[in-house]
Amino acid sequence: MSRAVTERPAGKEPLLQVRDLHGWYGESHVLHGVSLDLHEGETITLVGRNGAGKTTTLRAIMNILPRREGEIRIAGEDMMKVPVHRTAHHGIGYVPEERGIFATLSVTENLMLPPKVAEGGMSVEEIFDLFPNLAERRNSPGTKLSGGEQQMLAIARILRTGVRIILLDEPTEGLAPVIIQRIGDVLIELKKKGMTLLLVEQNFRFARKVADRFYLMEDGHILESFPTAELESRIDRLHEVVGV
Amino acid sequence: MSSLTQSGAAAPEATDAEAGHRRQKSLSRIGLVVAVIAVAGLIAAPFFVYPVFLMTVLCFALFATAFNLLLGYVGLLSFGHAAFFGGAAYFAAHAAKVWGFEPLSAILVGAVGAGVMGLAVGALAIRRQGIYFAMVTLALSQMIFFIFLQAPFTHGEDGIQGVPRGDLLGLVDLNRPLNIYYFVLAVFLFGFFAVWRIVHSPFGHVLQAIRENENRAISLGYRVERYKLAAFVMSATIAGLAGAMKAIVLQIATLTDVAWQMSGEVVLMTLLGGMGTIFGPSLGAAVVVTMQNYFATSDVPVTVIIGVVFVLCVLLFRRGIVGEAIRLMKR
Amino acid sequence: MTMLFGIPLPALLGQLLIGFINGSFYALLSLGLAVIFGLLRVINFAHGAQYMLGAFTAYLLLFYTGIGFWPALIIAPLIVAAISALIERTMLSRLYDLDHLYGLLFTFGLALIIEGTFRWYYGAAGQPYAGPALLSGGTNLGFMFLPNYRGFVVVASIVICLAVWLLIEKTRLGAYLRAATENPQLVQAFGVNVPLLLTLTYALGAGLAGLAGVLAAPIYQVSPLMGSNLIIIVFAVVVIGGMGSIGGAIVTGYVLGILEGLTKVFYPEASNIVVFVIMAIVLMLRPAGLFGKEI
Repeated sequence: MSRAVTERPAGKEPLLQVRDLHGWYGESHVLHGVSLDLHEGETITLVGRNGAGKTTTLRAIMNILPRREGEIRIAGEDMMKVPVHRTAHHGIGYVPEERGIFATLSVTENLMLPPKVAEGGMSVEEIFDLFPNLAERRNSPGTKLSGGEQQMLAIARILRTGVRIILLDEPTEGLAPVIIQRIGDVLIELKKKGMTLLLVEQNFRFARKVADRFYLMEDGHILESFPTAELESRIDRLHEVVGV
Repeated sequence: MSSLTQSGAAAPEATDAEAGHRRQKSLSRIGLVVAVIAVAGLIAAPFFVYPVFLMTVLCFALFATAFNLLLGYVGLLSFGHAAFFGGAAYFAAHAAKVWGFEPLSAILVGAVGAGVMGLAVGALAIRRQGIYFAMVTLALSQMIFFIFLQAPFTHGEDGIQGVPRGDLLGLVDLNRPLNIYYFVLAVFLFGFFAVWRIVHSPFGHVLQAIRENENRAISLGYRVERYKLAAFVMSATIAGLAGAMKAIVLQIATLTDVAWQMSGEVVLMTLLGGMGTIFGPSLGAAVVVTMQNYFATSDVPVTVIIGVVFVLCVLLFRRGIVGEAIRLMKR
Repeated sequence: MTMLFGIPLPALLGQLLIGFINGSFYALLSLGLAVIFGLLRVINFAHGAQYMLGAFTAYLLLFYTGIGFWPALIIAPLIVAAISALIERTMLSRLYDLDHLYGLLFTFGLALIIEGTFRWYYGAAGQPYAGPALLSGGTNLGFMFLPNYRGFVVVASIVICLAVWLLIEKTRLGAYLRAATENPQLVQAFGVNVPLLLTLTYALGAGLAGLAGVLAAPIYQVSPLMGSNLIIIVFAVVVIGGMGSIGGAIVTGYVLGILEGLTKVFYPEASNIVVFVIMAIVLMLRPAGLFGKEI
């Protein structure tokens, strides 16, 4: 993972830039002008109630929403006209909330499924070093894995592809504390390697360990954003808005 | 898997309920006017148009209307309805010719026979859903085709020819063109009205609820299976009524009427006219029969024309003629 | 003469062979249907027409250009696949977001157009097509006489089925296909061109039908309607097997062909309908099909 960090002057434009993003499911208007910035090497976390539009934001960025409007740029490039299957090739990977492990594919096949979109992804050996329990189960069908193993597989298969940005939708949901701990370690490891992360997370304690900034969402737009250092002082208001 | 299908139509239309109701009322008033004009036209028609052609149209119109009861109002695509149409034709032809039944009784024999076949086929077919239902009905009707092909009473490739039209109830001579025409019109109107009654009965509303959302109908406590089977038997019986009548009118029952191509034709009639509309299938039948008559004398192969219309309907014209008309009026 | 169940052994084996050959075609065709249905959720009614198209292409290649059986075995399926890919791209692909019944109706109309056109142009009568000289004649197996070409068809169909099975179960392309069957949207978000995958899949299924058509040409005559009744039997095969598994489609095809052959020996009157009767029995006992998962 030795990505060149050259030509990156301070105050440069964000790696992922979202402006006034609107999104619809059929007739229902779900996103009402979401704007956010994600700089290279940064981790941000979207928080908000269920139904606030967090998952929809990720789906809109991946272009798997039936209808979207607004502006999305990756490294300055306009993503709105890019077809779904070319989106990933701009260096963005997606770990969906339901994990999306394929039942008819083995662990190895699941791992090898997403095409490489850039150089610099992890090799299969490196991935199995990072997730030893996946190595043990490489030939079992994807859905025979435990929830935690499925989550790790969902992250692992994106690491192979060489993307620069990973969107993670509630990676800790429904998992045991030990496993949450493990996933936290992996994300910190990725951050150290310069990976850029956009996290949707309800678990503040988990998110504060990895996130640089937070975005608070409600009813399809961003209420406010703040650095992780301010989390403590805002925690009561957050609990009020998020309701957890 | 249905994420693709639902994305477009998920949200309900945000229409003003009262205006919608008013529009609904005016639509059904238009329907009534159309019905009155159509009946008046059909009464006058034999003085202007060749009656045998009109009667053929009426037979197919009733067939398509019966078929639409399943496709349009329960959402079940039967790809084997020719078995009931053509089967009833054989039964009626045999009853009239060999047993010497008078025409109405012969037609009833046909319709009841089709209903019994419908019970057997339907009971098997409703065990599978969606696309499998279509394949199962197609396969079972093909089996019925082979049985008719081999059964001695159908006379194989020759069919039952020279079926007597006879005297209706021993009183009215159906060999006279106007007599048989008005008899056919009466049977058609009876069958058409029966379908209309079924659709607008509480039973029909349950059927439509099943079409909209089968799982919800199940959770509401409806025994969906029984409703589907009942609708299937009714549809088969009325399709049989149409087929039996056709055998008496054209005085012949052949393999053509039980073949799978016929099942396809009735799908096309319904699709072209507008599935789920009351008048659509009849209109579609009229168009298809006219088209067949027109091209039968030309050099162009009818099958290809039917195929082209099919493809165009599916790609561009899924609401059908009446469906499009209703949409335009609702605007 | 050796007898088995009161039937002369050679007659029994002869019918078994015919059944096995029919079963080879059932297997090839139901395999193609299952591959297409798995990803596209379309029941390809045009499958019989594509089978006929394969046979006719081989026949026309020989007639107009003198290209013989072996090259035709490759070229004809490719032509059928290319035509089908074009149809998928321009028309069928517009129907994926709609009720799956529209796919069935569209391909039904397509079958009518293709078969109707050929019938109009070439008439309903069959045309003979010479098999490869290499496989003319037969082999005496001691207990029966096996025409070489028929033996070849049985072996070829097994090899083709196995190859397709391996392609789907063991290759990267196959993994895309299986994954896209489960969750097309996610596969697309990973950067796989799913629309192209759908086109290729339809072309593969149609090409298999075309290949079966070329194989069939020397055995049955080449006629415009050779696929139209066959496809309905294959539908029944598919209902019996259930479309959940590729392997299931293949096995069911062979087994039903053989059962049909046996019926010809023991109760010939029922040989036309035996597949449908089995379908009815399976529906009563195991509605989802023998290998099926209810979809």
